[in-house]
Amino acid sequence: MEFLTQGLLALTWKQLVMYAVGGLLIWLAVKKEMEPALLLPMGFGAILVNIPMSGVIDQTMAGAGQVQGIIDWLFEVGVHAAEAMPLLLFIGIGAMIDFGPVLSNPKLLLFGAAAQFGVFLTISAASLLGFDLVDAASIGIIGAADGPTSILVSLTLGSKYIGAIAVAAYSYMALVPIIQPFAIRLCTTRKERLIRMPYEPKSVSHTARLLFPIGVTLVAGLVAPASVSLVGFLMFGNLIRECGVLENLSQTAQKELANLITLLLGITIAASMKAESFVNLQTVMIMGLGVLAFVFDTVAGCLFAKLMNLFSKHKINPMVGAAGISAFPMSSRVIQKMGLKEDPTNHLLMHAVGANVAGQIGSVIVGGVILGLVPGMLG
Amino acid sequence: MNWTVFGQTLLLMWQGMAAVFIVMMVIYIFVLALYIGAHKRSDRKNGTQKLK
Repeated sequence: MEFLTQGLLALTWKQLVMYAVGGLLIWLAVKKEMEPALLLPMGFGAILVNIPMSGVIDQTMAGAGQVQGIIDWLFEVGVHAAEAMPLLLFIGIGAMIDFGPVLSNPKLLLFGAAAQFGVFLTISAASLLGFDLVDAASIGIIGAADGPTSILVSLTLGSKYIGAIAVAAYSYMALVPIIQPFAIRLCTTRKERLIRMPYEPKSVSHTARLLFPIGVTLVAGLVAPASVSLVGFLMFGNLIRECGVLENLSQTAQKELANLITLLLGITIAASMKAESFVNLQTVMIMGLGVLAFVFDTVAGCLFAKLMNLFSKHKINPMVGAAGISAFPMSSRVIQKMGLKEDPTNHLLMHAVGANVAGQIGSVIVGGVILGLVPGMLG
Repeated sequence: MNWTVFGQTLLLMWQGMAAVFIVMMVIYIFVLALYIGAHKRSDRKNGTQKLK
């Protein structure tokens, strides 16, 4: 009867810490409703993979040899082999996004680029803390505020910290309503936050909506080929949405496909949350750098809007610049709320939505750019 | 701390931000062209285009 106590006796303190981490993620998902679709499967997965001799991960068993576990298999096939899961998720995301606000006010696209400065500042900060270039670049991409991009970049570069990066990327995305107001107040005056931006809605033609995903894919693909898989799948989803003849496919991509991949991705990522590689000082540092990345993004967006105001006749509320991150629609909601708090008649929502969808494009482009540049630097 | 890695990250920052801005600027010009094209066409349809 000794085998009944084998599991209990093999339990380590690091595994107990992972149960607490798993419990915390489930609590955040259920009680605080923070990205529940991902944090809940990740939390439960963290418990599953840290049970001693767990059947869900690969094991070498006496007498039976190498036994494959389902979560390790899902990770190998669905994530590691060709980054299939995060990429397929982009089809769903693309089908959900309406690029109309940015098509009717094209200059908002520039905010999607400016806010990515936080990614590169975080990469430098990570290198100062002792991370090598691959891990620093993977940590910096948390600043893209885009979970699938963070997972894909850290996987492709072969980072050791993919579990911590995924947890930071998804949990901080849910913390945007707390992080962004603090960072915005840090770099703007009340007078700037009161700037009014009249909204003149302009219709966007069907042809423009149709040509946009094709053109963006070609432009991004020809200038930064490494971004093709990210941009291409995002824009493919958007083309299905906008073509007008594939309504069923568009609905499937937005609902069934996105839900199914999200469900599997969360529990699969848990494969990288094994106690021996997760419970260490680096994970704590990655969590800290994640917050820093979001603060840097927000400040960079605000400062870029201020810079544009030096040359522009129509002033831009710097808070709109802060919405140039990929966390959609949380960021635009935060800006609208902050604008109304300063002046109950100042509605910034549509401008912020435009900057926010530009941030979606910016985040996949920065992911592609990093994938293109970092391997070259490593030689 | 490795100063060589830090130097590489600064280079990455410079090259990366330049690349992101170039791609976004090209997309901006493309969208601007779509925008101008679409509005010129709708002006023509509505008969509101300025006569030379």
